[in-house]
Amino acid sequence: MHPFSYTKVSDLAGALAAGRRGGRYLAGGTMLVDLMRESVERPSVLVDISALPLGEITATAGGGLRIGALVRMAEAAAHPSVRAAFPVISQALESSASAQLRNMATIGGNIMQRTRCPYFRDVTAACNKREPGAGCAALGGFNRAHAILGASEHCAATHPSDVAVAFAALEANVHLLGPDGERSVALADFLLPPGGTPQREQAARPGELITAVEIPAHPRPLRSGYLKVRDRQSYEFALTSAAVALHLRDGVIHQAKVAAGGVGTVPWKLPAVERLLIGERPSQALWAEAAERAADGARPLEHNRFKIELLKRTVERQLRVVGDLAGGTA
Amino acid sequence: MSRRAVGAPLSRVDGRLKVTGQAKYAADHPADGVVHAVIVGSTVSRGRITAVDTRAASALSGVLKVISHRNAPRLAYHRNPSSNNPETGERLRVFQDDRVRFRGQPVAVVVATTPEAARHGASLVVVRYDAEQPSTDLAGAPASAPVTYARGDADLAVGSAAVRLEMTYRTARNHHNAMEPHATIARWDGGRLTVWDKTQWVVGTQRELAAVFGVELSAVRVISPFVGGAFGSGLRAWPHVTIAALAARMVGRPVKLVLTRGQLYSGTGYRPAYEYRLRLGSDRRGRLTAMVHDIRAETSSYEDFRENVLAAGQTLYSMPHVRQTYRTVPLDVNTPLYMRGPGHVTAAYVIESAVDELAHELGIDPIELRRRNEPAEDESNGMPFSTRRLRECYTVGAREFGWERRAPEPRSTRRGDWLIGMGMAAGAHGTVRNPAQARVVLDARGTALVEAATSDMGPGTYTSMTQIAADALGLAVRAVEFRLGDSGMPRTPAHGASQTTASVGSAVQDGCDKLRRQAIELAVGDRRSPLHGVDARHVTVSAGRLHVTADPARGETYQRLLARHGRARLETLGLFEPGESRFSTAAYGATFAEVAVDHRLGLVRVLRMLGVYDAGRIISPKLAESQALGGMVGGIGAALLERTITDHRDGMIVNADLASYLVPVNADVPDLRAIFLEGADPEADPIGVKGLGEVVHIGVAPAIANAVFHATGRRVRELPITAEALL
Repeated sequence: MHPFSYTKVSDLAGALAAGRRGGRYLAGGTMLVDLMRESVERPSVLVDISALPLGEITATAGGGLRIGALVRMAEAAAHPSVRAAFPVISQALESSASAQLRNMATIGGNIMQRTRCPYFRDVTAACNKREPGAGCAALGGFNRAHAILGASEHCAATHPSDVAVAFAALEANVHLLGPDGERSVALADFLLPPGGTPQREQAARPGELITAVEIPAHPRPLRSGYLKVRDRQSYEFALTSAAVALHLRDGVIHQAKVAAGGVGTVPWKLPAVERLLIGERPSQALWAEAAERAADGARPLEHNRFKIELLKRTVERQLRVVGDLAGGTA
Repeated sequence: MSRRAVGAPLSRVDGRLKVTGQAKYAADHPADGVVHAVIVGSTVSRGRITAVDTRAASALSGVLKVISHRNAPRLAYHRNPSSNNPETGERLRVFQDDRVRFRGQPVAVVVATTPEAARHGASLVVVRYDAEQPSTDLAGAPASAPVTYARGDADLAVGSAAVRLEMTYRTARNHHNAMEPHATIARWDGGRLTVWDKTQWVVGTQRELAAVFGVELSAVRVISPFVGGAFGSGLRAWPHVTIAALAARMVGRPVKLVLTRGQLYSGTGYRPAYEYRLRLGSDRRGRLTAMVHDIRAETSSYEDFRENVLAAGQTLYSMPHVRQTYRTVPLDVNTPLYMRGPGHVTAAYVIESAVDELAHELGIDPIELRRRNEPAEDESNGMPFSTRRLRECYTVGAREFGWERRAPEPRSTRRGDWLIGMGMAAGAHGTVRNPAQARVVLDARGTALVEAATSDMGPGTYTSMTQIAADALGLAVRAVEFRLGDSGMPRTPAHGASQTTASVGSAVQDGCDKLRRQAIELAVGDRRSPLHGVDARHVTVSAGRLHVTADPARGETYQRLLARHGRARLETLGLFEPGESRFSTAAYGATFAEVAVDHRLGLVRVLRMLGVYDAGRIISPKLAESQALGGMVGGIGAALLERTITDHRDGMIVNADLASYLVPVNADVPDLRAIFLEGADPEADPIGVKGLGEVVHIGVAPAIANAVFHATGRRVRELPITAEALL
């Protein structure tokens, strides 16, 4: 661990000023402090933003939700509006980390979460994300947990978040506040695939702060749920996961939102699956046919080939589970 | 009459200290002026150190010294076979040369006034290497000459058997991963060394430090009153113990050294990975005729670590023909060490899986097959068993678990997306006994202090010894204090191999018996005692009072007796010296598991487990149950989760933390139940115990693996069983 200074800010202006001077924002600290201990992160100034007024969950006009960046994972999971409108968010959160971590970690921090790639987390290994141009030890190493989708020749690290997969499925937006004011970016555009710059993980500008994640309104009733496949039953990252939200009208699927986790360098939206579902009536055959497209474009590495089949089965399973909720499978 | 303490379900006598944070673990001991040390580990697995640049670290405020092979004194490193160092090879000599033998090997240590400065300093030490390509993969690597065993002609017998099976099983490297990290505080007072250490054997660590530093045994004192779990990792004094003592000597102040979780993966041992080929032959009725075991296990390049992986193949089942070869494979890794049920766990996984495969092949119930192969004597040496109640374990287990509900055909029970299966496996662990001593002191208040240099890594030594002493002295449990964990106390063997209760407990029993008899003799020979003239054999002590057995009203208390004699205390030394036994003695167990396997997603859920044990007398039932549950939880880990993964390109362990080395969490642990067959084994030792800590873990993983097969019809011959193996 390297020496650093610590300052706590009480308002947004103070935070932005400290951020502009190069300070690193600290919220729950459940990831950044870990990485500092391993010398993976070496910030010289930590700006504690936990006292900022970003801890509210509010309904938006039209039926969406705005979740403040500093809402704790546990709070968001338990919030009645979240549970009522978007069970997929609650379920994703509740399948994340441990109860202790969920009590500390925030929604904004969760999106900013860095990968669990062991070569990223060990400073003696080659990692382009940590040290651009150093090479990637994972591509030829133990890459069972790595991405089959969205990888480049420079990096195949997965984005580890569960709730970001739910957010991606629901086409959430990220609200940012920076020196140049406020802006809103689609989560799909905010989290960046590695390409040639794996060190750049988000489309945030220097000093910018996440203020909220906004879930747009979706037609009601929306049935949704999250399935996480993992080696142990709690406190473990996904091998594969699926976030599914369906809206049926007169027995026909009018809206389908599907994303996958554990398989992509970013939360992986599955538009090909969604397209096959819309306008169709639920059936086992439909789920299977749609899920067959879940791994389109997948490029496996030595140890994660199984994820292609596992992803398809995960999506198929969760389509069935949510489909049954949404009005039954013929 | 007071109730007996032995057999009563007492809570831990040290429980309050533990849950209130007052129990002092290795790093908790105060030492005036203590400074902090952090190890720099090598980043290559094999090669030579060409440069150690300590300038940046040394310049850091608070850093007192950076030690490496460049400036460390030469240490004596006398030969020491008596601290669980492997018989063959030479232990790692810290900072004595430029050679790197494994990744993570200590190449420098930074000593500073604060832990933060030491840790920061350690990250600033730049070490350069002339690296060589390491060999870290057991698969395909050349092995050393085998240890062998043979009876009959197993190759011929397998070849001519009516039914032949041949399988190769693989098990992953497992790390102990106890909650408490290894830690050492070392202090020199002139030529005398005091060390507070996480160890399962203060005497072993004492001997090792005396040998390493070339000082008299009496100049070294090792203290370890509490151990936060160990599972075997505390059975050797690891290099960091030497480093703490060396650093303390070089800076002239007490030094505290705590390994990080990551450093535990290379700084302490582990259960080695195995490749285990088994060929077996049987007749059509399932009577085994022969087994051929060809075993390969990893070890380090500098020490030949071996464990008892051969016993199960020789004694678990009756068969005329057995041949075994056990080869170790030297690799550029650190040396393995005993981990709960060492050797037996691996052998039981293989043999119990294979027997299950044979049962399926022949269409015979797996329990019935085992019954047909139950030996009448120990076929490895012709000795009779003192007690072997494995058949009872099967009967009780089958009844209590509902084995009759198990459909014989695999993959025949389905609940929704889940396939349900039941499996079972047997386990045995030979009872280990070694010489031990215990001091017993009864004071004028009528309370007793019992001491022995043993350890309590969790099974409840404090509690069980207190129970034994209380009954033998005729005292209430609260009138007895048991102390352990100081090399100045009477000698005991290592706290491992399930030998503590048998060995130390027998010494405690002996010391307390002697003391009780001494008090009785004092009373019956004393004209002023109401017991004067009574035959000593007719005097009993209960609740601290000596009295005529047949006339409880006639007697007096220990206090009165001692007060009248002006004695501040009575003191005895209890001894246990196991003699040559005419019997083969072991603890036995049968473990049952029911699992659900998601047939599409490859997920395994253990639904419930039951262990039934023939372990002799149970001293402390509540803690025995805890130990059995822990053994089952560990087995769930070994079966489904635990594996240390090495990147063989450079020897890096890629999951050296508890987020990625998976152990079971509460959600993975279902309803567990333990049953102990009532009884005692009088041939085992004076208190009739056969050992428990190992046997409750042996046979758990194969029970689960067999249940997975029964659920799915798919036989996975590798541990842990992962999702991809079941897709």
